[in-house]
Amino acid sequence: MHEFELESHYVTRVEGHGHIKVKVAQDRIEEVRFEIPEAARFFEAIFQGRPYPEISLLASRICGICAVAHSSASLRATEAALGITPSPQTVLFRKLNLAGEMIQSHILHIYFLVAPDLFGVGSVIPLAQSHPEVVRRAIRMRKVGDDLCIMIGGRHIHPISAIPGGYYKLPAIKTLQGIRQSLEESFTDLDATVELIQGATLPDFSFPSEYLSLSHPEEYGIYDGEILSSKSGPTPEAGYRNKITEKVVSHSTAKHVNTEFGPYMVGALARFNNNYEMLSRRAKEAAGKLGLTPPCHNPFMNTVAQLVETWHFTEWAIELIDELCLRGITQEELHYQTSSGQGMGLSQEAFPGAAGKDKPPYQITPGQGVGLVEAPRGSLFHDYTYNAQGLITDANCIIPTNQNLAHIEAAMRDFLPQIWDEEQPRITGALEMLVRAYDPCISCSTHLVEVEFIK
Amino acid sequence: MKPKVAFFDFTGCEGCQLQVISLGDDLLGLLQVVEVVNFREAMSDRGQDYDIAIIDGAISQPADIERIQAIRKQAKTLVAIGACACLGGVNSQKNFRSPEDVRRYVYGDRADLIPTIPARPVSQVVPVDWEVRGCPITRSEFVKVISALLRGLRPIIPNYPVCKECRAHENVCMYDKGMVCLGPVTRAGCDPMCPSFGNFCFGCRGLIDNPNLEAEKEILKERGLSLEEIIRFFRFTWGSLDIAGDMYQYDFID
Ligand code: SF4
Ligand code: SF4
Repeated sequence: MHEFELESHYVTRVEGHGHIKVKVAQDRIEEVRFEIPEAARFFEAIFQGRPYPEISLLASRICGICAVAHSSASLRATEAALGITPSPQTVLFRKLNLAGEMIQSHILHIYFLVAPDLFGVGSVIPLAQSHPEVVRRAIRMRKVGDDLCIMIGGRHIHPISAIPGGYYKLPAIKTLQGIRQSLEESFTDLDATVELIQGATLPDFSFPSEYLSLSHPEEYGIYDGEILSSKSGPTPEAGYRNKITEKVVSHSTAKHVNTEFGPYMVGALARFNNNYEMLSRRAKEAAGKLGLTPPCHNPFMNTVAQLVETWHFTEWAIELIDELCLRGITQEELHYQTSSGQGMGLSQEAFPGAAGKDKPPYQITPGQGVGLVEAPRGSLFHDYTYNAQGLITDANCIIPTNQNLAHIEAAMRDFLPQIWDEEQPRITGALEMLVRAYDPCISCSTHLVEVEFIK
Repeated sequence: MKPKVAFFDFTGCEGCQLQVISLGDDLLGLLQVVEVVNFREAMSDRGQDYDIAIIDGAISQPADIERIQAIRKQAKTLVAIGACACLGGVNSQKNFRSPEDVRRYVYGDRADLIPTIPARPVSQVVPVDWEVRGCPITRSEFVKVISALLRGLRPIIPNYPVCKECRAHENVCMYDKGMVCLGPVTRAGCDPMCPSFGNFCFGCRGLIDNPNLEAEKEILKERGLSLEEIIRFFRFTWGSLDIAGDMYQYDFID
């Protein structure tokens, strides 16, 4: 008969955000929780009353680890609300920027969180001593994605030059070509990473689920398209509320999100399952080598899907750079942005010192808009309503980790009977590994090693 | 014995810790001279015995106060990194509405579950020895400050306005472009990042000593900003700073 409780000890520690709580009595699972006592930041309330030129700057500060995704979703929501159409060149740069962030984020997860497990150590730090070549490779690979983001946004964490409607400053062709070179060079490292992950044995577990991601008719969509559910098909992004609902649960500052079918999964594995056909040739080859075929219902394979995606995004970034170089880069005329939206009454006439090439501020018509992009960890929604002064009156953001929370709990529940004959530390270890596979946000995942049995 | 370093995060986006992880080769260099015993974003070990505590994020929950006091007690040196820890950062924008209102807007009828206090910098709760400013911190300045600290030196951090760096970079002034900017009163040292990439400075490195805020207000007024808009702009990252004058129409909620 199985009877135990396990819980993490975050209260007695000085830090800790997110832990596992499990209660089993008489072979019955009474409780399974993945808790997030993370400090709430209230961004939706912060957005209220602030003008449109500031919003993407604020939005990226929701998460430094996927700053580009938040910035992009925010810009798309603002543009949808205010009726601004970015140029094809702007869209190419935004896609390239997102690809760069995917590369750096996936590599961070694979090497900083998963690799230490493979080598049986607590972090990447001892690896720097024992396997310096692995750590150097990780640093090199991350740097490519990071440099790509710096080149476009001015810096990776909290892009500067991206504004509604375009970019204040764009890189030169020569800079793009330099990055292209580093991308090409990272193929060898990608091969080595595939070898590393091939050696990992992941638990055999199947948890068939609904997968949600963006989907685009012509590419492996991460910047725009429709919401695709593996169960119910497409929904337009603006109609996301018809598909998913949020609710606050008592054990978490993060809201849980469900569809009409209950918990669902977002992230690399969901995108892989939904959009496999759109992957690049080499990404598909890597998937073959790694034994990943769609549909894959093993959440542990999410890390593997991340690696397959890293292949794809590296190749895609090269393609996007080639397209940009072919088109040539033009510094487009922009509507200038003030820090105060429309309210300050600035115009070229009122202020003759304004640089001639910039157009006057947008004529704001009140409206609502939704921006959906794929962040490294899954679908990210920003939804804003603006008033006639260009100030936000209502905002709603749904982040990937929140969407996965209910799924993580459901998967743990399903997985538990498969492992509960094991020694308790092994049960804990397996549950932690399951949670970590979702890459729930690097900050929530590392300290889960702290889980403790209380009975 | 290498000094033991622990990283702790409070309310923030974790971007500042990510900047540290992104140091690349400098990170490997740092690991040669210090022993990192606690770094949630990158490792599972959690040592409670440390000499240097590096804090990012603002203090914004009731429990944060006790936690930062305990860290201060243990650490010989406490370093605050990033606008959140040094200034309160963007988190302080919530300070100007009733906490009730803010909680209810985001969490509806479950608002009571979410404890919150006005966001504030670490230095408003415990003494801070060193600061690395910026939102996020720049990698080079972090290295500069930490290596000075390890050598027992005081790093030279600029205390002149962003404008001075802009002139050195021959940037077109934001005001000449028809935009507005907080560069005239903001501490430089960022290699005028935002203006160099075409955007206005919103003051993430905090104010210079003795800033002429009245003059800044006048310039902004001249450019057509209402007093309300000026206050809103100042509060992008400075919401927790107790700036004198008539700027604050509302009292601090506490
Ligand atoms: S200072 Fe900026 S980058 Fe650093 S944690 Fe705060 S919001 Fe993030
Ligand atoms: S220009 Fe201003 S807002 Fe930008 S990094 Fe420098 S101090 Fe911060």
